[in-house]
Amino acid sequence: MSDFPDDLKYAATHEWVRLEEDGTVTVGISDHAQELLGDIVFIELPEEGGTVAVRQEMSVVESVKAASDVYAPVSGEIVAVNEDLTDSPEVVNNSPYEDGWICRILPSDETELAELMDAKAYAAQIE
Amino acid sequence: MGKQTPLYQQHIDAGARMVDFAGWDMPIHYGSVINEHHRVRQQCGMFDVSHMTIVDITGTGARGYLRRLLANDVARLESGQALYSAMLNESGGVIDDLIVYRLANGYRLVVNCATRDKDLAWMERWRAGFDVTLAERDELAIIAVHGPDSIDQVCAHLPEGVAQATRELKNFRATEQEDWLVARTGYTGEKGLELILPASDATALWQALLNADVQPVGLGARDTLRLEAGMNLYGQDMDEEISPLSANLRRTLIMEPADRDFLGREAVEHDLERFEAGELPVQTGLVLEERGVMRAGQKVICYDSADEQCGEGILTSGTFSPTLKHSIALARIPANTSRCEVELRGRPQAVRMVPPGFVRFGKKRFD
Repeated sequence: MSDFPDDLKYAATHEWVRLEEDGTVTVGISDHAQELLGDIVFIELPEEGGTVAVRQEMSVVESVKAASDVYAPVSGEIVAVNEDLTDSPEVVNNSPYEDGWICRILPSDETELAELMDAKAYAAQIE
Repeated sequence: MGKQTPLYQQHIDAGARMVDFAGWDMPIHYGSVINEHHRVRQQCGMFDVSHMTIVDITGTGARGYLRRLLANDVARLESGQALYSAMLNESGGVIDDLIVYRLANGYRLVVNCATRDKDLAWMERWRAGFDVTLAERDELAIIAVHGPDSIDQVCAHLPEGVAQATRELKNFRATEQEDWLVARTGYTGEKGLELILPASDATALWQALLNADVQPVGLGARDTLRLEAGMNLYGQDMDEEISPLSANLRRTLIMEPADRDFLGREAVEHDLERFEAGELPVQTGLVLEERGVMRAGQKVICYDSADEQCGEGILTSGTFSPTLKHSIALARIPANTSRCEVELRGRPQAVRMVPPGFVRFGKKRFD
């Protein structure tokens, strides 16, 4: 069913995090989350340059079925947002871990990364 | 595990995501609500609606009984015709909405499955004094096939006699062929058919249509299609507390002849006066061309022609319209509203009021 790449970390609220070489993290929603939402029709992106605190609402994903908040998996500064999603929100359904990324955050507290789950723990949580 | 229709295994085999719907295991979609929606608007799709409740009404008193039970008047029906009606309680609230077909030998009602128990109890309660027999036909399945190609697709899989009769059907007409009923009725705003047929025939027809590349469509797209068509959903857009006048059902309340004493008539007469005086809420369509999706239950803030706030309304059904690519909704608002805002995630957002009914035959219906 859902796919959870091993190189990512996951939050209990279904966001994934990829640690990039430049010290930023890329954030999106998991395959499981997009599957639950169904066809995504709008995404309210976080504000580039803004700061977020861990577990704070930073984005809204709306599907035909429901609106769902996306929570910051770590605290930090939003250094990039995926503008392509404004016109093509369905990319999150089709490619949740690659083209469907939502934003990049420069973490302000790296200890928060250690609190995220690995793929196995996340998969166990949603079973 | 819930109740299963005769097509349950077909849904599983097609990879449906199943959900509980009023105690039934039903497909919500087979991959994508939006794709299924477009297939119906552009080609055709098929729906398993076997969860709906079928009741046959026979006996010499059937006509008189239904003229008492229903707010629409079955006296207008010839054999092979169908009409849509509300079934009202004595206070004029809507117990359910339904389709009634006039058959060669009596009438057939198709009512909602979520209201089955109370509908049957209500129908039983008012039976006294009429020579009628009520028979639930839960052994029958219902397949709806809708979209511009639907009639050609279905007819290609029917015996020639049935196909011929089906091609000749006008809207809201039905043809009985042994234990099949094929009707030009539906819930999408496209042309199409509803076929009521024995379970074994249903699985064979479904499979034949599937082999002909007809898209199965789940309850998700059924809802987006009916809302684009501006059709009510019982339990959302109307219920026992709501006058049918506030659910855009005025034209289905048949007040003539004045001596037809249908259940709820007295309340409807009273409500009609209030309705015409602008004292009852009215149904409107809402359109949000900005980003965001209106959802059932959201508050509608209403302003009169002097731009003073004149009360609040309630959004009864809302969705993203795949055809129009923005959000649409039905709402109940004060009659003197001339503009309104919907509270979306805590922020009031201006929305347009349009007549209920957004898409018909694949085309936008409002300016």
